[in-house]
Amino acid sequence: MTMNKNSNTYQIVYSAILVVLVGTVLALIYMSLKPMQDENIANDKRMQILSALHIAGGDNVKETYEKYIVLDMLVDDKGNVADTTAGVAFNVDMKANSKCDAQSRKLPVLKCKLDDGSTKYVIPVYGAGLWGPIWGFVAVDADGSTVYGANFSHEGETPGLGARIAEEPFQDAFKEKQLFKEGAFKNVEVVKKGQKPSNDGDYVDALTGATITSRGVSDMLAAGLAPYEPFLKKLQEN
Amino acid sequence: MISKKNKLALFNPLSQENPVLVQILGICSTLAVTASLEPAVVMGLSVIVVLALSNVIISLMRNTIPSTIRIIVQLVVVAALVIIVQQFLVAFSYDVSKKLSVFIGLIITNCILMGRLEAFALNNRPWPAFLDGIGNGLGYTIILVIVAFFRELLGSGTLFGFQVIPQWCYDHGYENNGLMILPPMALITCACIIWVHRARNPQLQEK
Repeated sequence: MTMNKNSNTYQIVYSAILVVLVGTVLALIYMSLKPMQDENIANDKRMQILSALHIAGGDNVKETYEKYIVLDMLVDDKGNVADTTAGVAFNVDMKANSKCDAQSRKLPVLKCKLDDGSTKYVIPVYGAGLWGPIWGFVAVDADGSTVYGANFSHEGETPGLGARIAEEPFQDAFKEKQLFKEGAFKNVEVVKKGQKPSNDGDYVDALTGATITSRGVSDMLAAGLAPYEPFLKKLQEN
Repeated sequence: MISKKNKLALFNPLSQENPVLVQILGICSTLAVTASLEPAVVMGLSVIVVLALSNVIISLMRNTIPSTIRIIVQLVVVAALVIIVQQFLVAFSYDVSKKLSVFIGLIITNCILMGRLEAFALNNRPWPAFLDGIGNGLGYTIILVIVAFFRELLGSGTLFGFQVIPQWCYDHGYENNGLMILPPMALITCACIIWVHRARNPQLQEK
């Protein structure tokens, strides 16, 4: 069979078949691997939550997670617990959630019980860095004000600069910071060395060379934690 | 199966025609993923898989590919394979896929791939093309591992994440060289390897 390989018809039919074929193969592979990928992504999220609580995930992250995280909660804007269905807080899509207006926004909280019997509350936050989204988990003591730990992750911040928000030295700086000063809510700000925070609250030093990512963390905490003020106040009263 | 010509296709890229050392291809990823051994090995394996498979596929298709759109066809094949590798990594080795995230995608633009497809797979039968892919992938991996070995050892004092430089060295004032972690030192390490390689193979030296 002789065919002119450089005729337009041949080229168009050839590329069409190729693209359909490749598309089908990719779709099939994606579908068959999806459950395992979802499991990995969920475990990664569990790992981040545990890390905010200074707990090592170990080999079986899911088991460790289920041991320490005792309750999933959604709170309302008055600070009352509205929903405690299993997984209700863990499964909140923070990306979509952070775009919602104040009314329809869900406020997930994870209640944790540590080995020493103390109770911590983990609040997820979501924001924007320099190149893409950043997100994190802030663990708060049962007194509703002291930060117990924080974990931040990012999609594609600059390695060695903005990406350092995901490293321990930066995250450890949040330990023991107070979210409330004399009864008033002051989120922890991230400010450049030598500068003072705008709200007279506790603050953390920004990362050198990562001004925008640092500001992103600061804004993320401000926007992410403020709606929880009533809930945290209720904790303080108890 | 292993004729003399096939042997050349497999073993020549390891040294005499090494893609990194002699053809200076794939330098970008050599700089990027060699700060420690683990991502370097995974990256090398991924390139071997993608290179061998794409060589075979293009070689099988070589008589049907219209020459005017051959680059596009090669790109589609390579891109599809890279996405498959990426999906498998996310499913089975999530940590590594997180570390390599961008670089796996960048295999598509790795010059070694297009170079081998154009220069070899388009004119050869599938079996030699497969061997050529494995050979060039191995040649690339070897360099990656050597560079990563020195960078991780001198930069972090570890190999594959395990501490190899004993604590008493640090107690006596030894310090990890932070510069080794940064990309410029990968370039210098790579240049040193090329230097040693050329010194031992005088026929490669340019006059």
